[in-house]
Amino acid sequence: MKHARIRYQGQTHNVMVNEDHSVTVNGQRLSADDVTWLPPAQGTVFALGLNYADHAAELAFKAPTEPLVFLKSPSTLTGHQQVSVRPDNVTYMHYECELVVIIGKTARHVSREHAMDYVAGYSVCNDYAVRDFLENYYRPNLRVKNRDTLTPIGPWWVDKADVADPANLTLRTWVNGKLTQQGNTRDMVFDIPFLIEYLSSFMTLSPGDMIATGTPEGLADVVPGDEVVVEVEGVGRLVNRIVSETEYENLRGR
Amino acid sequence: MARGRILLNRQVRDVTLQADGNLLLDNGNPLLESPQWLAPVTGTVYGAALNHRSLVESLAGAFEDAPYKAAPQAPVLFIKTSNTQIGHGAPIPFPAGVDRIQAGGALGIVIGKTARKVSAEQALAYVAAYTVVNEVSQPEDSFYRPAVKAKCRDGFCPIGPWLIDARRVDPNTLVVETYVNGTLRETNRCADLVRSVPQLIADISGFMTLEPGDLLIAGTPLRSVDLQAGDTVTVAIDGIGRLENPVIAEEAAR
Repeated sequence: MKHARIRYQGQTHNVMVNEDHSVTVNGQRLSADDVTWLPPAQGTVFALGLNYADHAAELAFKAPTEPLVFLKSPSTLTGHQQVSVRPDNVTYMHYECELVVIIGKTARHVSREHAMDYVAGYSVCNDYAVRDFLENYYRPNLRVKNRDTLTPIGPWWVDKADVADPANLTLRTWVNGKLTQQGNTRDMVFDIPFLIEYLSSFMTLSPGDMIATGTPEGLADVVPGDEVVVEVEGVGRLVNRIVSETEYENLRGR
Repeated sequence: MARGRILLNRQVRDVTLQADGNLLLDNGNPLLESPQWLAPVTGTVYGAALNHRSLVESLAGAFEDAPYKAAPQAPVLFIKTSNTQIGHGAPIPFPAGVDRIQAGGALGIVIGKTARKVSAEQALAYVAAYTVVNEVSQPEDSFYRPAVKAKCRDGFCPIGPWLIDARRVDPNTLVVETYVNGTLRETNRCADLVRSVPQLIADISGFMTLEPGDLLIAGTPLRSVDLQAGDTVTVAIDGIGRLENPVIAEEAAR
């Protein structure tokens, strides 16, 4: 089953998504193009840096010995089929295709053996970064990773039961239809059970919390006008479009 | 005016503090029992790291060396997740297996309207209220990676007791005092912030949106106040409030 949050005629609805990606609101069947897709959950957003060994090598880092966790706030999240802003006058902004784990029940001091009991399901995010703004304080800092519109997530989340093996899913990114990034969740440095054990060892996780589990190699710069599609096999395909800061301000000003 | 949130018969209720010191419930009735305070915030809690002169001056020599290589340019932010936020009087758990935790007395700035790309001159118009924050943390020996494990433990962010309307408050003149078991241990002047309150709002809102209900922690000084299980820690800001919390061993908190 696919679960989504959508906006339609000014109202927000929690809906099930049909096979053809239509949704049913108050008995009315609406096509995917007729609704605004919102981030599918509303809890704390954790994200992982350098959690694929190949990607760490690409960035000239050794894979970490402890998870490199950072946090995001709701202000950076956006939904499927929305725009993401490339700031004016930057040289390198890249996508990151990631599997997202959705927490299903309160988790504290959970062992890896029991960790999957606390998972509700999975989603997809595109954890954009603007590398021009990296500084060596709390790296990656919020100015790189928490900018408005730079974390599309969705389009929905799928039930855990619908994903046979989350440790064997292909991740792919296309820019303007060209495949630019490909990897598999089996190559995570710290797998999902480990991450839940790790985080819940020092803090309480709550239903709706999201863990973006990191990205494999294959990063590339994206520019205004690009259509970027990130897909996790069996979970979802998340589409968005890059706009310039100037274009975005004009869109907002209308 | 002072506004707070309490838990009453398992329901979250808004209260206002009257001139006579009594609390009025949201239905206009006086509160007869002693309140169980909740953190008076609903949005994201962001902290500004390295924003107090005492701390920055202590690190000035290190900023040019690895891993930092240069002094910070943009505000260095962190997030205090919802599991950290507790009200006045609630216990701060001293985590099992942790050597040291430290108090972080600071001013809390509550955003009143959506702030994006606001100037320093206009910034205070976006502040609804001020409050008192104790940004509890494990000691940080490095600022290179995000401090999730040090700062996001359950109960590590007492806030309150209430919000004081921002009108007639000049944040630059406020003094934050931290007491342990009644003894004054630290004094932190908002005049010593590296970025003043309006400058902080301007610089943050330049790269991300602050929403109504979000809270900014203005900046903790060089940490000097260790806490032990059994202590009572109080953070007081004259004219804003006095936030008091017991510290208890984690096992006892469960």
